Amino acid sequence: MRLHEYQSKQRLAEFGVPVPHGEIAHTPKEAFYIANRQGGHVFIKAQVLAGERARSEGIKQAHTPEEAEYYTSVMLKNNIQGLPIHKVLVETTVNIAEELYIAIVNDRSSGQPVLVATATGGMHVEESAFADPDQVIKAYINPIIGLRSYQVMRIASELNLPRDLWRKFDTLVQAIYRCYVQSDATLVEINPLAITKTQQFMALDAKLIIDDNALFRHADLAAMRDTSTEDETMIRARNAKLSYIRLDGNIGCLVNGAGLAMATMDAIHFYGGKPANFLDIGGGAIAEKIQTATEIILSEPSVAVLLVNIFGGMTRCDEVAQGIITAYRNLKSAVPLIVRLQGTKSNEACEMLNQANLLRICTMNTLSQAVIQAIHEVQNVDFSS
Amino acid sequence: MSILVHKLTRVLVQGITGREGRFHTGQMLEYNTNIVAGVTPGRGGEWVHGKPVFDNVESAIEATGADVSVIFVPPSYAVDAIYEAADAGIKLIICITEGIPVFEMMQVRYYLKQIGSRLIGSNCPGILVPGQCSIGIIPWQIVQKGKIGVVSKSGALCYDVVNALSAHGLGQSTIVGIGGDPILGTNFVDVLEMFENDADTDHVVLLGEIGGSEEIEAAAYIKHYMTKPVTAFIAGKSAPQGTRMGHAGAIIEGGRGTAQEKIEALSDAGVRVADHYEQIVDIIRESK
Repeated sequence: MRLHEYQSKQRLAEFGVPVPHGEIAHTPKEAFYIANRQGGHVFIKAQVLAGERARSEGIKQAHTPEEAEYYTSVMLKNNIQGLPIHKVLVETTVNIAEELYIAIVNDRSSGQPVLVATATGGMHVEESAFADPDQVIKAYINPIIGLRSYQVMRIASELNLPRDLWRKFDTLVQAIYRCYVQSDATLVEINPLAITKTQQFMALDAKLIIDDNALFRHADLAAMRDTSTEDETMIRARNAKLSYIRLDGNIGCLVNGAGLAMATMDAIHFYGGKPANFLDIGGGAIAEKIQTATEIILSEPSVAVLLVNIFGGMTRCDEVAQGIITAYRNLKSAVPLIVRLQGTKSNEACEMLNQANLLRICTMNTLSQAVIQAIHEVQNVDFSS
Repeated sequence: MSILVHKLTRVLVQGITGREGRFHTGQMLEYNTNIVAGVTPGRGGEWVHGKPVFDNVESAIEATGADVSVIFVPPSYAVDAIYEAADAGIKLIICITEGIPVFEMMQVRYYLKQIGSRLIGSNCPGILVPGQCSIGIIPWQIVQKGKIGVVSKSGALCYDVVNALSAHGLGQSTIVGIGGDPILGTNFVDVLEMFENDADTDHVVLLGEIGGSEEIEAAAYIKHYMTKPVTAFIAGKSAPQGTRMGHAGAIIEGGRGTAQEKIEALSDAGVRVADHYEQIVDIIRESK
């Protein structure tokens, strides 16, 4: 789960990382008053879970409260990468001497956290890192003994930081690491990390991603989830513990297992169709959960056909059939249903489906047959409309 | 021969009294797996499917000589169960549990490497050797004894492929589910190396997915060290960037870990990569 900039900064500040003074505004008037209190010179920063905000007019510098109000009113009407902007961070400007980049991230191939730093932070850090990997300084962290000061000192030296800042840098980086560990973050990124004209470190922008598997033990962080850009369907899916992702096609997919669900989407693409969603019902799902899953897919206006691909191991196909039948009856849906069921209780399930008197149903033995049939159904729908 | 486990392997089930543990112990026993004991703290002295339950791993090993452990413990206790097994001297630990926090898995992996225990998983379906034993949750009804080694990140996709292999008379030597988490105890390369050295395996099927670089590392290993043919499929070619596709590990981040990059690396290593997974059987049959 990704946190907003203001949430990330709030969290980092709790661990002792210096951040500029800032307040959240939901209206242009609020922005005016906040800017006024801060002497007029502020940054207005759109709080939206998208990258490259500066390039999308999502970060503006204001010199008067009136300007702050104006930029906020423009931003709140905009969206960035399709995401609406509901609030802005109004933040004091800082006199910057230098900008660095620093992050702690889970490194999958070594199975360790890695501290990454570059001497030049800012918007273009990723391009420059790809262009010249030697600029990127890394320190792998032993996850049992943690980040040691000698590692931070080495990085300070490689960054060519003034020697009188090394101890301060160590204190800062240790605070970032504590925040990373105690928040169960998979990424803590500060870009840029400023050195101010008064030789202070300050996190000018921050990004935290929290491990979804660990949210159960961080009620405070879980409560920070921004559901304002989620609709009812996505919230319903999450509450039912269904892994559901909306895509831009028209073939609805109901599958068990993440790998099989992706492979089903790939097969649809392979035969020239487009999936409407990714949906994994998980292992051993019972009829009720499958009913919810079916209803979620059928409730999407874009779905022209429902393709079910189940390989029953722990999951019993008869439970799947029962869930689908109930959902179709509840919604009185006429969306064509293409079913490919294999494995545990698949014969019983096909029998149940065939006797359920659903409007348009087709059972197939292989996924290829099922996908071709689904694409055929979609084309029929397109021709008739 | 097989890899990792065989019919004489003495299996301990941690979390045997739970709903999942109890059910799958029954399934594993039906396949004549040599389960010798179970462990649930506080439930020592009970019996499950005729097998004794102990309070801790150490006493279970003392009494039964268990040498491999399979874990069906909820995520908040699973890490403790792994440490307990490792500290008691178990050299192969198979963790079925899904949802363990990533940081703890990094610590576990680091610790186990130091003391020389191997972990399979977590969030994996386990290991099955057709005709010998099933340790985990792979449905044994679909397997057939043969010469194809199968290694997979995902469960249901693996079962579907194995079922199709069996239906076409292409039996399996060992099936290993390494799991779909970002931090894995055992990677593709580890298992490929075992298959390369296994006299009973003459062909390998690798089922990967988006996210991470395990398939890229596998491609490098295959290119330089492997003599046996490998057929592969990478799930998630059509997945959007930055979105976690179910498995915690299945996510394309910063443009890395795409299916395309993995398919290219594997193809370059001489692996035949299926465009969609039902082609795997055809590819293997053509090569015979």
